[in-house]
Amino acid sequence: MGRETRAMQDDDATNPAMFWVLEGETLFRKKEGSGKACSDCHSTLQGAAARHPARDAKSGRLLNLEQRINACRTERMDAPAYGYESRELLSLTAYVAKQSRGLEIQSHENPAVEAGRRLYQLRQGQLNLSCAQCHDERWGKKLAGTPIPQGHSTGYPLYRLEWQGLGSLQRRLRNCLTGMRAETFPFGAPELVELEAYLMWRARGMKMESPAVRP
Amino acid sequence: MSQAIVSMPKQAKRGEVLEIKTLAQHPMETGYRRTQEGVVIARNIIRTFVCTYNGAEVFRMELHPAIAANPLIAFTTVATESGTLEFRWAGDNGYAVTESAGITVV
Repeated sequence: MGRETRAMQDDDATNPAMFWVLEGETLFRKKEGSGKACSDCHSTLQGAAARHPARDAKSGRLLNLEQRINACRTERMDAPAYGYESRELLSLTAYVAKQSRGLEIQSHENPAVEAGRRLYQLRQGQLNLSCAQCHDERWGKKLAGTPIPQGHSTGYPLYRLEWQGLGSLQRRLRNCLTGMRAETFPFGAPELVELEAYLMWRARGMKMESPAVRP
Repeated sequence: MSQAIVSMPKQAKRGEVLEIKTLAQHPMETGYRRTQEGVVIARNIIRTFVCTYNGAEVFRMELHPAIAANPLIAFTTVATESGTLEFRWAGDNGYAVTESAGITVV
């Protein structure tokens, strides 16, 4: 990420993701379904984004932040789940994730991280590439003229200038899989969530910067 | 939901240079893209941006299809007197957004 992009990200007056954060704040206070709003239970969700994906104590399922929000909506608010990558879900996630800005990512070894690691190291697709071959072995080199990043998921959901909009980590992962000419997993697939869990473990201790800006 | 974000100092000394940053929420559809079926997506862009300081125009910009979505426009002006700065964006399909911000000059 260049200096200009970082400056754009760090100043709320120039970070275009703030449009989503502002909408997310409205949604957070909107009463729905059972007549409750997110803000009726949660005064703050500081730190939530820094410890997801996490296993849901009740169902035992591994949930990322988007799925956690949707689970809360369907189970506690009697409200319909938002579609993955919908404007509403991205906005709410961006608003919640922004509250973890500057906090260190919390993660520890667990079976989900291990499953994600296996997928990260698995060669896939027609190019027969694994995530690790680019993001562990060749970071800093160029791919089609742009530097290959180390693949730390510290800023999702983030505003990508190429997308001209906000996107989730799973959108990014699906992009990468398409680039490897591998079969993509559908949004919300357990494989992608495990991969997210591994990426957060890899980035443990790094500071959250959601909603970030990337080229 | 807000359609534009304006940030500038609330207070300034007379003669001081003010840095003003504005963001407008807009897709800036170029009119050159096509759908997967080959149908051209109609152009939908912001055409003009104007800033007035107590009624006097201090900055104007014409926007074109090559400008990305959610355009960030940053510019400067000199603080002359207390009052209001008004920002107007206008574009295709009747798009019109107005924001204003007050300034106290000491």
